[in-house]
Amino acid sequence: MSSEPSPQSPWQAATIARIEKRTPRVTSFWFKPSRPFTHLAGQHVDIRLTAPDGYQARRSYSIASAPQAGAAVELAIERLDDGEVSPFFHDVAAVGDEIELRGPLGGHFIWEDSDGGPILLVGGGSGVVPLMAMVRHRTQRNAAVPVALVFSARVWDEVIFRDELIGLDDRRDGFDLVLTLTREPARRPADYSRRVDAHMMAQAIERLPKAPRLAYVCGSNAFVSAAAQALIDADVPAGIIRTERYGV
Amino acid sequence: MVTRGFFSGRRPPSDTDARIPPGQYLEQGFPVLSAGPTPRVRTEDWSFTLKQGPKPLKKWNWAEFNALPQSKMTRDIHCVTAWTKFNTPWQGVMIDDILADAGIEPPTAYTLALSFDGYSTNVPTKDLVTGKAMVALLYEGKPITADHGGPARLLVPHLYFWKSAKWVNGLQFTERDEPGFWELRGYHMYGDPWREQRYSSDP
Ligand SMILES: Cc1cc2nc3c(=O)[nH]c(=O)nc-3n(C[C@H](O)[C@H](O)[C@H](O)COP(=O)(O)OP(=O)(O)OC[C@H]3O[C@@H](n4cnc5c(N)ncnc54)[C@H](O)[C@@H]3O)c2cc1C
Repeated sequence: MSSEPSPQSPWQAATIARIEKRTPRVTSFWFKPSRPFTHLAGQHVDIRLTAPDGYQARRSYSIASAPQAGAAVELAIERLDDGEVSPFFHDVAAVGDEIELRGPLGGHFIWEDSDGGPILLVGGGSGVVPLMAMVRHRTQRNAAVPVALVFSARVWDEVIFRDELIGLDDRRDGFDLVLTLTREPARRPADYSRRVDAHMMAQAIERLPKAPRLAYVCGSNAFVSAAAQALIDADVPAGIIRTERYGV
Repeated sequence: MVTRGFFSGRRPPSDTDARIPPGQYLEQGFPVLSAGPTPRVRTEDWSFTLKQGPKPLKKWNWAEFNALPQSKMTRDIHCVTAWTKFNTPWQGVMIDDILADAGIEPPTAYTLALSFDGYSTNVPTKDLVTGKAMVALLYEGKPITADHGGPARLLVPHLYFWKSAKWVNGLQFTERDEPGFWELRGYHMYGDPWREQRYSSDP
């Protein structure tokens, strides 16, 4: 396949403008696309790496930034030690590098403040990334839509966007953060220390003023299957649950 | 555009290269993708309907459908999220045999595959017949698990795998090429992996 840029190519070069470590295994990268775009909260981009011999690897990454965040798009990439693409970002990529990107993509796992609420967000690990874009979108629009985010992480130090999320939770403006740590005791009074289950989902729903209008679940395939089943067991209608699976 | 510092890619062995469409990588596992929770369809409640527009042409229950002639297909499959898996073994009922049992020729040039969860996807009728596609009942000789689309899923292996609708419960012949669930949400109307027809803006 040709790697020459063509006028019709949906791929474009994006420059890495900033890099910030979020947790021991997750780092955020801000990309400045050469042709800026506006996205919807929950969408992703595809990234393509090309070796000198033409070999290409491509992966999808959710956008963490809010649609209104400006010219740079934040991706939060978790390092899988034996992976092909994520270690490249953690070990090699540097500010100023150009990376090929395509997007925004995805028309199902999206939320706009005009879609209304209440909404229930359930994320496992890096599955919180598109949910973060939704939470940030709500904040930037000063939307009053009630939102509960149930975020499962292994340990406290792996809670991505932790300070920002706790700061938003402290405002008590209709956004509720529920953390559940699967390998450590809970740190905050209303948090949990176990895997997501139907009882936890029912309690999260009780924090909302009325039953959710939409529920979004994102993470590894195993996480999404378990969390979606927990929602169904908590009497959430299957038809309002949207899922995004990161594959393995 | 060559990416600075990217050398180590997991290149497929050269003898398999020709089997991997552009932009795809070889996967050993079998990832799961879907738009919502996994429906648990009991075979007692299962049925499969052929329709022309809204009009049902023929309907089978689980036992009737399993009594149709079954065939095996072992094929490479290609998911739009960029993985390709070689030699996936399926068994089920060829679309040709479903049409034969209904005693009909395909009435229109386009088809929508319909699923228990409300999902749908469009496939030109000619891509379903002449041995190209089946309603699969077994994977690796065993009933297809719910997360992979069981009890029955469509198998159209020469198109991106979202066209192989999970939890399939019918085929609807349509006069025009009508977009299905993902096609309404930015995915390609046809989805040929060899032409990289992933998104609607792809040629
Ligand atoms: C819509 C969408 C959004 C996503 N958003 C994000 C996000 O926001 N953040 C994020 O971190 N991830 C996200 N992902 C996941 C991301 O696309 C990648 O799958 C992830 O980064 C792993 O890629 P990798 O190349 O590092 O690992 P891969 O090389 O793909 O390997 C993944 C795992 O599979 C195993 N594996 C696979 N193939 C082989 C092989 N041939 N040989 C040996 N081992 C193998 C490896 O052991 C590894 O642990 C998203 C995925 C999707 C579909």
